[in-house]
Amino acid sequence: MTIQEKINGAGTRPASLLPSGLTLNDHRNLILKRTEETGHYNGLETLEFKESDPIGYERIFSKLRAGLVNSREVAKKIAASPIVEQEGELCFTLYNVAGDCIATSTGIIIHVGTMGAAIKYMIQNNWESNPGINPGDMFTNNDCQIGNVHPCDIATIVPIFHEGNLIGWVGGVTHVIDVGAVGPGSMSNGQIQRFGDGVQITCRKTGVNDTPLRDWLHESQRNVRTPKYWILDEKTRIAGCHMIRDLVEETVREEGIEAYERFATEVIEDGRRGLVSRIKAMTIPGKIKTVAFVDVPYAHEDVAVPSPFAKVDTIMHAPCEITVKPDATWRLDFEGCSRWGWHTYNANPVAFTSGIWVMMTQSLVPTERINDGARYATEFRLPKGTWTNPDDRRTAHADAWHFLVSSWSSLWRGISRTYFGRGYLEEVNAGNSNPCNWLQGGGINQEGEIHAVNSFETAACGTGACAVKDGLNHAAAIWNPEGDMGDIEIWELAEPLLYMGRTIKTNTGGYGKYRGGLGFETLRMVWGSADWTMFFMGNGYMNSDWGLMGGYPAATGYRFEAHNTGLLERISEGKSLPLGKDRDPGQCELEKHLGPDAQVKRDKQCITTEAIFENGDLYLNYLRGGPGFGDPLDRDIADVENDLNQNFVLPAFAEKVYGVVISQDKDGAWSVDSEKTVLQRGNIRQARIARGTPTRQWMESERQRIIDKDASVQVQQMFASSFYLSERFLNEFKTFWDLPASWELKEEELGIPMFGAKHHMDLSELPDVHPVIMTEQ
Amino acid sequence: MSNFTKKQVSDLVKGSLDWDTLHMMLSMPKDKERYANYMSVLQDQVSWDDKIIMAFGPHLYLAETTADKSLVTKCSCGHDFGDYRSNWKLNALVYVRDDEEKMQEVYPKLMAPDTNWQVYREYYCPTCGVMHDIEAPTPWYPVIHDFQPDIPALFDWLDLPAPVNA
Ligand SMILES: [Zn+2]
Repeated sequence: MTIQEKINGAGTRPASLLPSGLTLNDHRNLILKRTEETGHYNGLETLEFKESDPIGYERIFSKLRAGLVNSREVAKKIAASPIVEQEGELCFTLYNVAGDCIATSTGIIIHVGTMGAAIKYMIQNNWESNPGINPGDMFTNNDCQIGNVHPCDIATIVPIFHEGNLIGWVGGVTHVIDVGAVGPGSMSNGQIQRFGDGVQITCRKTGVNDTPLRDWLHESQRNVRTPKYWILDEKTRIAGCHMIRDLVEETVREEGIEAYERFATEVIEDGRRGLVSRIKAMTIPGKIKTVAFVDVPYAHEDVAVPSPFAKVDTIMHAPCEITVKPDATWRLDFEGCSRWGWHTYNANPVAFTSGIWVMMTQSLVPTERINDGARYATEFRLPKGTWTNPDDRRTAHADAWHFLVSSWSSLWRGISRTYFGRGYLEEVNAGNSNPCNWLQGGGINQEGEIHAVNSFETAACGTGACAVKDGLNHAAAIWNPEGDMGDIEIWELAEPLLYMGRTIKTNTGGYGKYRGGLGFETLRMVWGSADWTMFFMGNGYMNSDWGLMGGYPAATGYRFEAHNTGLLERISEGKSLPLGKDRDPGQCELEKHLGPDAQVKRDKQCITTEAIFENGDLYLNYLRGGPGFGDPLDRDIADVENDLNQNFVLPAFAEKVYGVVISQDKDGAWSVDSEKTVLQRGNIRQARIARGTPTRQWMESERQRIIDKDASVQVQQMFASSFYLSERFLNEFKTFWDLPASWELKEEELGIPMFGAKHHMDLSELPDVHPVIMTEQ
Repeated sequence: MSNFTKKQVSDLVKGSLDWDTLHMMLSMPKDKERYANYMSVLQDQVSWDDKIIMAFGPHLYLAETTADKSLVTKCSCGHDFGDYRSNWKLNALVYVRDDEEKMQEVYPKLMAPDTNWQVYREYYCPTCGVMHDIEAPTPWYPVIHDFQPDIPALFDWLDLPAPVNA
């Protein structure tokens, strides 16, 4: 495990909130010290309570867990935002006094860690002396420098007391629709610094005596575009927190405070042991290397940003070495990551590490018992200065997911190799899709109100292929295991955008023996708005997922938008209309139903900033598919036939990639000729042998390209930024390619601005600020 | 702990296991015997006698040779990629999709990466032409050595004797 830096805060000491008389920080440091010394949470080498009274222990767990889940279900009915109410983008978590998670609800459980980091920040920065921590208080946090994923995840944190002593905390989080960033929508781009990323609140006391403070209510509502949703989201969080506080009080009444407090510590050691036993039961010890990338195409004219130094194309680089140790703990080292940047995709280490548990609950620890114990069985190393541990307090984070989902996709592949190796094929996942496009925008909506939108249709992208079955079509997203695309009718109420069509997206699942799940596409026509803008947010020039063991990555993104479409005239004239189904983007099907003066943008620029959309304009929302598993030539012939007949794959690619020999009957149904296919697949294998080059021979030519510095600027920038931050990565690179000792690559050679590369200022340099550090760096 | 028969594990490998059993495999604690059953199923699938120790892919194995008990990476066709500690990809054939035309063989226009940013590297068996892996890195990226298992530690976990040359 990783022990964080211990801050022994000076400052005034109020009357202790604990029976021990310790400050909250001293209390927490003692737990960390005992954990470090013994390898067991709080030094618990035995689980006395669980072993002596297993029924009592389980009774408390079941009551708390059921209450957390129930509170979430009840509270979400209060919200009006479809993001919360339809998509379930909320979560409630219960913490012990030290801010370590005991149990959590379902939902966006990445916030188990982010809210825990906020509590730890209050503990470590002596909140108990100022502003004070009292029964009935509420604290609000969305500060990305403390660990929040992005500013739109707003957390309400409520302390829980028993007879005057603090006995824990409950946190509730919702993903709000807008935080007043430069760009409208919750995950906008356009801004490139914190000072445009929307309102950020640092563990502020926003309520006393169970009542929100009036200055907070007035200030917060006017700082966002969508105050109605904002207020109801806050009521949702407060209601959930208070229900859970009541539940804890009831549990203490029934079980006794001593039992509750023993439980609140033991359950974390229990969680730690749970992860260790699953690692041992499912994986293979050893070293796994993996890597991920995603594009940041900011040089394009459709990306308008305020500062010239941000107008560069860059690439996110996230190599990872996973070490599964003989003692069944593990270490994830991200040495070699590229630098943070002037965009909204930076991530705090807590967001990164906490999010990994969202993944792991989907395979390694598929249990309701996920808590902070898993973190104590894991070592993370996220080098300082990288995109996932910025060393500058100016960084923007609104769409940290662009990088997070991309880097995590490689972890699925890595860990899946160990499941596959010893026979747990059912657990293999080729990776997650990049859950995008994020359709966002704002202006004056169909109600005549200031509005912002962020379509969460992304919550239902294709999933990765398994080693025994295809990925699920339009099913889920990595950040919320209970994904839902939402009802068309609800989105049309929430957005001034009519649906022209919603269809499965052909050819989006990565090919393989088992293919990735397909994404879907919706074609939206702007209607009823005034002064309306929208933009695109997703991957386009690059894949962030890869296939596994011979499977292909999913398709990349592309952008389609159309202006001056003549659609309103075509509707009144009864002419044909574009109804989605942009099955082969090279065929430009949608353009066939537009007026002669339509202006269309159809390209790979999948990140844009606000563009003006008039009523009648079109926006294609293309939600990505997942990656594939295994050589596509091994795909069952009947499955390919089904893919063809369901428009899951275009015939040309069924022939080329799956090697099937096909024909179509008079009704348009496809069939595959098995005998000819077997022969054709043999021919394709022979053709591969003919066109392949021995790897070592190919390496000679690639080495020469490196010596000649023959690569695009963005590729060179990526390597140069990683080399600057990591001598180890540079040395491994030079060793692998057998480069001369004198070979080097510096950003200075590339003729692009490099603000932030050499000069930066970290949050920790502010007076009286003690950041919470829970990973090696 | 559930136990599954060799037949069920064989169906799992073939992709034909019924959903109820598959769901049980997913939701129940893992069966430690899976390893032995799986190795036995894999061994039945190949025509050679070297002993399969682990699977690296649907057609790629770590095997202990009968000749000298050395541990090698081996294709289902019998092609020997050499010592398992070295990266088998370096002894494979590679085909790099590094321009638009090569990309459009596998994805429609606009749905493949721009090769100024990213390429696909397909690794084939030199003997049978099976595609064992696809990397999708930037140009210049070193060939990735995906997995270096700690064999003695695994056999310790499995409570089985480790291969002599691990
Ligand atoms: Zn072969």
